[in-house]
Amino acid sequence: MKKLLNKPEDFVRESLEGVALAHSDTVKAHFEPNFLYRADAPVSSKVAIISGGGSGHEPMHIGFVGKGMLDAACPGEVFTSPTPDQILEAAKLVHRGKGVLSIVKNYSGDVMNFQMAGELLSSEEFRFINVLIDDDVGVKGGLSTQGRRGVGTTVFAEKICGAAAEDGYSLDDLVTLCRRVNLSGRSMGVALSSCTVPASGVPTFELGDSEMEVGIGIHGEQGRERMPMMNADSITELLSLSITEDPAYKRSLPEWDEGTCTWIDRKVTSQPFKPGDRVLAFVNGMGGTPLAELYVVYRKLFEICREKGLEIVRSLVGNYITSLEMQGCFITLLKTDDELTRLWDLPVKTPSLRWGI
Amino acid sequence: MVTKEQIIKWLKLAANVMQENKEWLTQLDAAVGDGEHGINMARGFQKVSSHLPSVADEDIGSILKSTGAILLSAIGGAGGVIFGTFFIEAGKVTSGRQELGSVDIAAFLKAGLSGVIKRGGAQVGDKTMVDALAPAVTAFDRSLEDGADTTEALGQAVAAAQVGMTETTHLVAKKGRASYLGERSIGHQDPGATSLYLILKALYDAV
Repeated sequence: MKKLLNKPEDFVRESLEGVALAHSDTVKAHFEPNFLYRADAPVSSKVAIISGGGSGHEPMHIGFVGKGMLDAACPGEVFTSPTPDQILEAAKLVHRGKGVLSIVKNYSGDVMNFQMAGELLSSEEFRFINVLIDDDVGVKGGLSTQGRRGVGTTVFAEKICGAAAEDGYSLDDLVTLCRRVNLSGRSMGVALSSCTVPASGVPTFELGDSEMEVGIGIHGEQGRERMPMMNADSITELLSLSITEDPAYKRSLPEWDEGTCTWIDRKVTSQPFKPGDRVLAFVNGMGGTPLAELYVVYRKLFEICREKGLEIVRSLVGNYITSLEMQGCFITLLKTDDELTRLWDLPVKTPSLRWGI
Repeated sequence: MVTKEQIIKWLKLAANVMQENKEWLTQLDAAVGDGEHGINMARGFQKVSSHLPSVADEDIGSILKSTGAILLSAIGGAGGVIFGTFFIEAGKVTSGRQELGSVDIAAFLKAGLSGVIKRGGAQVGDKTMVDALAPAVTAFDRSLEDGADTTEALGQAVAAAQVGMTETTHLVAKKGRASYLGERSIGHQDPGATSLYLILKALYDAV
């Protein structure tokens, strides 16, 4: 596999250097430990919002740092969660006493590293609260697994909470808002090809020309099942119906408890979509699929939503959560209301999401 | 008796073993996860190895704790936390020591295991490194009760870890990324259990 690469071990650092140089008006990079932060941080009037995850998913999260979204993002190695020292230093640098909301995707590595960071920060003068995103209906088996993964809803959560923080929301209100966004979103993805981790140099899995992997994760981990390749409309139908037909999803979701600095299990439910719901619709490319194909998917998604009585009030189409050069897409629907739509519309100025400014 | 020099030798050996097995571990991970385990483990232990000269004058507990802290940040991911926690907890119960008797080894293995279970929440049978570590801890204790010396007991522990590692092949993963595969995880050996086996084997080879 050919890649624009110098040494695999320098990949994450060099990419981070490039982002900071290309968007020097918006972001700055910090090395050892690695993180990207708002050029104007710390912003004194607001709660700070941070996130992080493995590299290889760009623009998530480093492309979402800036006014109206994240104050800092911690990139780990490729497909590997960031480590507590990164999270710790990033939180300390960007906060200004109003606390830190940390948005965490539900993967075992991310959860454990953010948990350790939370414990280490509990002796600090400021509050730090982790909120989990677990919206991937592709994960079957509920309690016998790690639970649903965090995918497309993460982008909605980071944009909506970022806007709310600029708007003056308190940390407690942001935590409530972020949890509400998580319970309102569902995602489902398909891979048409594998991806190649730079340091490994070989495709993570093999997928034949006539096959596709349905319910794929964003790290090349295999999905729910392997199926024969279909046309765009049939794939879109398969993904969207998995979302719109998903029944109430009840689980015990770990919620961060500041008193004990541990995750405590709380029973929560994502309600199913129903006719009359207004939604934000997101068609996300995995890195190797042309935008034109994503619009073919969106066109069919629009038709299906109309048939189901779901009104798409805003949309996002493009490569926002990638798996390196994987071909394929994720569909995310988020039930919205006046508050969420207003926050979605507020100005944002980051390397990869920018409007209203 | 295990000396500090042997502990240092163990960690160097572990770094070599991780480097030698990098591709195998990565292949195991590609089958059930995301194909980075071997790369990350090799990078983590490489950093531990290069850091050893600067901690050579410290006690065993400090060496193990700093090993854990390096693994935590240099491996990253779930593996960093899990393997880092194992060494940090082992370091806590060997604080101030220049050499370890069989009882101390038993204590550090046990502390490592309980730390990993507390952090990751995995139980025996969940297809994780606990499936190699837990039987090794039991085998070590049992060998001591039967009158074995440290080296013999470590040999038994490594043998038990190897069996535990091999048996993960037949298990359904319940923790970590492999758990998303459900039944499809059957037939694949767990990469974390494999790494743990290699680490214990290196300890046995060092003493």
